[in-house]
Amino acid sequence: MKGRSLAELSAGLRGREFSSVELTRHLLGRVAAAQPTLNALVCITADLALAQAQAADREIAAGRAGPLTGVPIIHKDIFCTDGVQTSCGSRMLAGFIAPYDATVVAKLRSAGMVMLGKANMDEFAMGSSNETSFFGPVRNPWDLARVPGGSSGGSAAAVAARLAPAATATDTGGSIRQPAALCGVTGIKPTYGRVSRYGMIAFASSLDQGGIITVSAEDAAIILGAMAGFDPRDSTSVDRPVPDYRTALDRPVAGLRIGLLKEFFEKGLEPDIERHVRAALEVYRRLGAVVKEVSLPSIGLSVPAYYVVAPAECSSNLARFDGVRFGHRCQDPRDLADLYRRSRGEGFGAEVKRRIITGTYVLSAGYYDAYYLKAQRVRQLIATDFERAFAEVDVIMGPTTPTTAFELGAKTADPVTMYLNDIYTIGANLAGLPAMSIPCGFAAGLPVGLQLIGPHFSEERLLGAAHAYQRETDWHRRVPPGYE
Amino acid sequence: MQRAEIETIAYLARLDLTEAEIPVYQASLARILELAGELNRADVAGVAPMAHPLPGLAQRLRADEVTERDAHERYQLNAPRVEAGLYLVPKVIE
Repeated sequence: MKGRSLAELSAGLRGREFSSVELTRHLLGRVAAAQPTLNALVCITADLALAQAQAADREIAAGRAGPLTGVPIIHKDIFCTDGVQTSCGSRMLAGFIAPYDATVVAKLRSAGMVMLGKANMDEFAMGSSNETSFFGPVRNPWDLARVPGGSSGGSAAAVAARLAPAATATDTGGSIRQPAALCGVTGIKPTYGRVSRYGMIAFASSLDQGGIITVSAEDAAIILGAMAGFDPRDSTSVDRPVPDYRTALDRPVAGLRIGLLKEFFEKGLEPDIERHVRAALEVYRRLGAVVKEVSLPSIGLSVPAYYVVAPAECSSNLARFDGVRFGHRCQDPRDLADLYRRSRGEGFGAEVKRRIITGTYVLSAGYYDAYYLKAQRVRQLIATDFERAFAEVDVIMGPTTPTTAFELGAKTADPVTMYLNDIYTIGANLAGLPAMSIPCGFAAGLPVGLQLIGPHFSEERLLGAAHAYQRETDWHRRVPPGYE
Repeated sequence: MQRAEIETIAYLARLDLTEAEIPVYQASLARILELAGELNRADVAGVAPMAHPLPGLAQRLRADEVTERDAHERYQLNAPRVEAGLYLVPKVIE
């Protein structure tokens, strides 16, 4: 069972090499052993996992197994899980027991997957280092002094340390791709609307999208096929058939037009990252792809546009946490106003408050046009830039992050320094585009991520291009020392 | 960014801030607005604000039908205070 990909584990289960109960016990052992150092999970659901594994073994014995039957997974704690704590990394929701399953969780459960537990994350998915979690930071398995990235830091660290073959994640400004890059794993953020947001606790509703972190593109293709699809319970879910992502993996990349994004190589990029990204593009060239430079003139405004739009939507979404129906309530409120203000003041952490304050400010009377409306116009400029580029190329590639994983505490003093971690990832969210990060090398022992961005609903193309690269390289198969 | 502005925003957001927190958010909001000020570099004349991340799509409406069963007892298990099936809050009218 060691060192196997999800596809290989799935084959092993159906070939009766080992049972789901054996696999689940093995991984629960790894989870428990790694927890004191990595803090990748906030809740371990061992009993539930073993019950689900037993049910999966019965399905396998009856010959009714699908590709995911009996395969363990960890869910990011932003997804509601029926009867299990769903805390979103916040004191506000510590002890909150979700009364229903998110659509993503329900779909993967009915595909036979076994939930090992819930992954730690930045509070309400607001952060790029997993240091804002109420449950403490997650550590990067490649170097325990460094962050795993965020906000899906627990998901990325868990997959990197091989605690599970896959973990769900969400991406509002890079929260799947940035931690995937920093932990040396594969992450896909699908097109906006491709995966249901029902039961996924909202941060910025026009940007949030659920996805998956795995070891390989092949594994991501298998799970995405089960996660994606129309959901009448999410009014932004897109009614469009889900292609067979797995068969799309074998499309040749010969003739693929790759756009090298000029602006991503201009300044602030670590030279080692640039070297690895350029080497990855050489691999594609060798496979017959055509690489040309593309320019997105407005992409430099992604970070400012995002840090207006996302906090604005956050301040509105988080208004529901008022201490009345669920969540933290302060002691002995004097009156209703005191109940609201103290419950929120105590329940939210520093970064969440910062974003609520920013969002409330940019939406307040007199500032709406200058900030929010302006940002939405700039967002349109960025989306149009991408549209023009995709008339010339099939996929845009570049680095996922400007640096490799940084040390804990290194970027907490100034919020903007932290925000600039997402400089390369935010554009895809603003334009609603699908994007991936795949491992493409190591700099001083730390993983480097290659980012792939495609037009709307081009997940097949992205997964195919990522798979082609992963057949030529073994960066994605590297395991952090001590977690082999 | 004045202290009074942060206090007003905190009031609007129904967010209790401690004495120690006010100068912190005063500084960080000023910093974030400086970042947002970069948006003024953009020429957005004639550009419509983006309404939906997917071009041509608008919010879908559902039929006005009851689709959920009453599960208030289950939901209220998460409530800080409940009495007789009602959420309890401090007295609103004296």
